[in-house]
Amino acid sequence: MAHLAPYLAIVAAGLFVLSLKWMNSPATARRGVFAGESGMLLAIIGTLAANQVFNWQWIVAAFLIGSAVGVPIAYIMPMTAVPQRTALSHACGALAAALVGTAEFYRETPDTFTMVALVVETLLGFLTVTGSLMAMGKLQEILPSRPITYRSQNVINLVLFVTALGIGVRLIAVPTDHFLFPIFAGLSLLFGVLLLLPIGGADMPTVIALLNSYAGLSACAMGFALSSKLLIIAGALDGSSGLILSIIMCKAMNRSFSNVLFGAFGQIQESKVRKEKRPVRSASPEEAASILEAASSVIVVPGYGLAVAQAQHRIRDLFDNLMRRGTDVRFAIHPVAGRMPGHMNVLLAEADIPYDRLIGMEEINSDFAQCDVALVIGANDVTNPAARSDKTSPIYGMPILDVDKARTVMVIKRSMSPGFAGIDNELYYMDKTLMLFGDAKAFVTEILKELPVPAGA
Amino acid sequence: MHSDLELGLYIFMLATFVGLEVIRRVSPLLHTPLMSLTNAISAISVVGAILITGAQGATMLSKVLGFIAITAAVTNIVSGFLITDRMLKMFKKREVRK
Repeated sequence: MAHLAPYLAIVAAGLFVLSLKWMNSPATARRGVFAGESGMLLAIIGTLAANQVFNWQWIVAAFLIGSAVGVPIAYIMPMTAVPQRTALSHACGALAAALVGTAEFYRETPDTFTMVALVVETLLGFLTVTGSLMAMGKLQEILPSRPITYRSQNVINLVLFVTALGIGVRLIAVPTDHFLFPIFAGLSLLFGVLLLLPIGGADMPTVIALLNSYAGLSACAMGFALSSKLLIIAGALDGSSGLILSIIMCKAMNRSFSNVLFGAFGQIQESKVRKEKRPVRSASPEEAASILEAASSVIVVPGYGLAVAQAQHRIRDLFDNLMRRGTDVRFAIHPVAGRMPGHMNVLLAEADIPYDRLIGMEEINSDFAQCDVALVIGANDVTNPAARSDKTSPIYGMPILDVDKARTVMVIKRSMSPGFAGIDNELYYMDKTLMLFGDAKAFVTEILKELPVPAGA
Repeated sequence: MHSDLELGLYIFMLATFVGLEVIRRVSPLLHTPLMSLTNAISAISVVGAILITGAQGATMLSKVLGFIAITAAVTNIVSGFLITDRMLKMFKKREVRK
């Protein structure tokens, strides 16, 4: 059995690649999960069977505890909390990598090559642990989700990072300096916290993707330290996945990595918020219902506000009602809508909205001009026309959904307070825009009361 | 050059290219499940954790760190794969509820 172990690892690596490949379409995606699970199972069996494993009671106990914690998390976690769960599991994955690196360092004096891998592994691992926990705190709103900034923040972060790196290099040169390791680990942990302080909620999609990448690269570095090809491959796959997602997110905001990480976007820009009150047109649920009733095509634009209000099931009811009237209803999904990549799709899929009705920004933008009603629910900055026209706007150049081109625009919003980026939205002051003030869930429920169920249903 | 390092870097480079090509094709619809799936896969570090904990003559420090590492990684594997599947089950292509 033991001599089979390396071959099991090769099969596992192949299964991981297939698993990601099958994620390219919803039709094959569940097969992808099965491939991933099989790969993981083979990898674990291969490791246990390699005749190098003793201390079984420790391993079995850890497996039991891990499963006992993992199963409830997977089934109890509501879909609106998926970003938090993802951040938490990035922290768990990185913790595993960082602790293995630590144990490896103290086990025997590693050679230079191993030591380089261990330093990368533990640095990335520890900073991802605290970074992800901070992200989770912000998403769960245990911590304030607005950016926290202070004077010379970037300089302090840089000094800290360079110091950690310096100690890392020293450890590579002289691995016997055991006392330096806790300092190194502590600085990495601290750096993770400081790195996340200036990140605002709207930037979470990019940062979560980046942390995903770090967790993968940490596992990859462990592969180098333990000379396990399987770990290198799995880590590299995870690292490249996180990298691609964060690049997509950055592009969708027209911002660079450094701007996301060090820009502290989302502080209230006082100068940008106009002081004078400008008139807006507001409408009642009855008026909104009659406009929707008369429309032949509707595009719904969901945003983070929809997740906060937990309005997805009411929106599904509205979707059903309008579709039965023969109205064409589609959803326009901006890549950074919500708090993680693809967040809106999961929420709407949870409410049983067929996925062929969820349309990406590039594909749907040209259709706004032909649509009767654009219904914006809990989205703000991704609809702001200033991104196209106002060169002085902080979001200038960001690709947006062309909501303002629809014949009528309706915006469900709690109040006129500016969005996350603290920027006034010109959309609200247009003549064709109706503001529907209220909680998204309550308001859609009111609209539904005014829309009798069509005959034949 | 350290032959392990050389081989490792080749594998790393090729796996990164494969990863970039494969992930680029993933539908934006599925970006959230994709992230939970890759996260579960990155818990492959459980392999390293098992080797550390199970090594013959492992010190108490190794065992304790390894034990915590296995627990964290297994939590990740179990919850990651299960929740990915739970999400994917929701993606349905079908007509309006009658």
